Amino acid sequence: MASDDIFILGINMTKFGKHPDKDSLDLGAEAAMAALADGGVTMADMGILAAGNLLGSPGFGQSLQKQIGQTGIPVYNVANACATGATALRTVVMAIKAGECDMGLAVGVEKLSGAGLLGGGGKKKSDDDTWAPDGRYGAVASTDGRIGTQTMPGVFAQVGMEYGHKYGGTSFELFARISEKNHNHSTLNPLAAYSKAMPLEQIMGDMMIAYPNTRPMCSANCDGGAAAVLVSGEKLKSLSAEQQRRAVKIRASVLTSDPWQEGCQILPDVNTLTRMAATQAYEAASVGPEDLDLVELHDCFATAELVHYDNLMLCEEGGAVDFFEQGKPFRDGERPVNVSGGLQSKGHPISATGIANVWEVCHHLRGEAGDRQIEGARVGLAHVIGLGSACGVHILESSAA
Amino acid sequence: MSDTVSQIPLVDYLVLGDEPHLVANECTSCGSRYFDRRNACASCFASDFTKVDIATAGEVTAFSIVAFAAPGVPTPFVAAVIDCAGTSVRGNIINCEPDDEHVTLGMQVKLATYSLGADSAGTEAIGFGFEPA
Repeated sequence: MASDDIFILGINMTKFGKHPDKDSLDLGAEAAMAALADGGVTMADMGILAAGNLLGSPGFGQSLQKQIGQTGIPVYNVANACATGATALRTVVMAIKAGECDMGLAVGVEKLSGAGLLGGGGKKKSDDDTWAPDGRYGAVASTDGRIGTQTMPGVFAQVGMEYGHKYGGTSFELFARISEKNHNHSTLNPLAAYSKAMPLEQIMGDMMIAYPNTRPMCSANCDGGAAAVLVSGEKLKSLSAEQQRRAVKIRASVLTSDPWQEGCQILPDVNTLTRMAATQAYEAASVGPEDLDLVELHDCFATAELVHYDNLMLCEEGGAVDFFEQGKPFRDGERPVNVSGGLQSKGHPISATGIANVWEVCHHLRGEAGDRQIEGARVGLAHVIGLGSACGVHILESSAA
Repeated sequence: MSDTVSQIPLVDYLVLGDEPHLVANECTSCGSRYFDRRNACASCFASDFTKVDIATAGEVTAFSIVAFAAPGVPTPFVAAVIDCAGTSVRGNIINCEPDDEHVTLGMQVKLATYSLGADSAGTEAIGFGFEPA
């Protein structure tokens, strides 16, 4: 191992689902302490803590320290929508790369059970009962529902439909079949919030949220935490052979925001920044999409998964429908995608997601994924996107010879 | 006594009158268009803008039939992106059945306005959408 490489030494995700008896700190502490134990280290070894928790009180990182160990290290409370976990990870990567420390902890947690629809609503009409322009659009009333939709299922539905308009081949049934794949994958994941197979008819016949996304085609709001301990290559040399064997190399860690594109003010452009992040990651890692043994991508909605096959260059441009029709993203296919069950079944506790997807990839690269193990997995990619926007891509490689 | 009711657009980029249309703030340097107020151009960083009229006819490039929305938002409605002669516009598809037989990708539409009702001072708010052309 090269001294300037960075590795994941320990990593953990809690069971995703309903945790009425645990608060955000419980879930964060559970994930953090398990990640430390997984890496065979303690809080005394950590030189930095980066923590994300969007819906809780400010200062989550410091509150977490009071539960797991106050050592005086710098804490970075990070927020980047659904890419918050990846941002925490990236913050620790940068600190180690900068030589500020040789080990650090990244944590992401969310309590989201019963949160309902995210996005949308907007301001209420003022009490004085006269139309008065407000804000940068001079709106006299809420525009949500009057000028398009601000809710996530509707926004991402349009993202998938836009792809269909550009390249053809999409249909309600196609998007539902992507969801069917992920729900099937989830049956092998004991940590998923929902781990039941769902027949296509059931998915298509379920409650419509925003055509073409029915309820099971939307990411599941749930509670969960995830944490990772990162270490420098130089420091890892001083650790045990077992720690070195299980360490997972971070071949690339990339974070992008959306560059200006015509129309990005109208419908969020989740494509360009993902393609940018993937391009930078493949270049940094010196690997191509054909080298990936598995991919965890941000299927916040079934319509989103399709476009990211293309954005991550798992297929040729415009070829996402064919890529799916040829069975490539299934767990027994050429390029397994979301073998965890994805956000549609595993669940999407926002800030935890960008570390939990890395955990899933690491689990396979270490050969520890049990029934859902992708045999011989050596290289994997984890992708998240948060609207606004932020995109995180991590490419990981097994250390075992 | 005048029988014209005082009107106000739902958003300031909707221009009412005989030929209702949308206007955008166009960057005088690179031509990028914005419907909201901007401090500088997100594309080229210049800070001079001029008002330009947006074509009232266009093509639906993406849509979703929203069946489940925030409290107080009537459903179903069709949220869409319309390509109006090269400028992307966000709007609802109106005066059209909200189902996937009547709303299709690539359909041709044109701007239409409707009333949101009058406030206590008698001012009527006017919204816009796009209807089948």
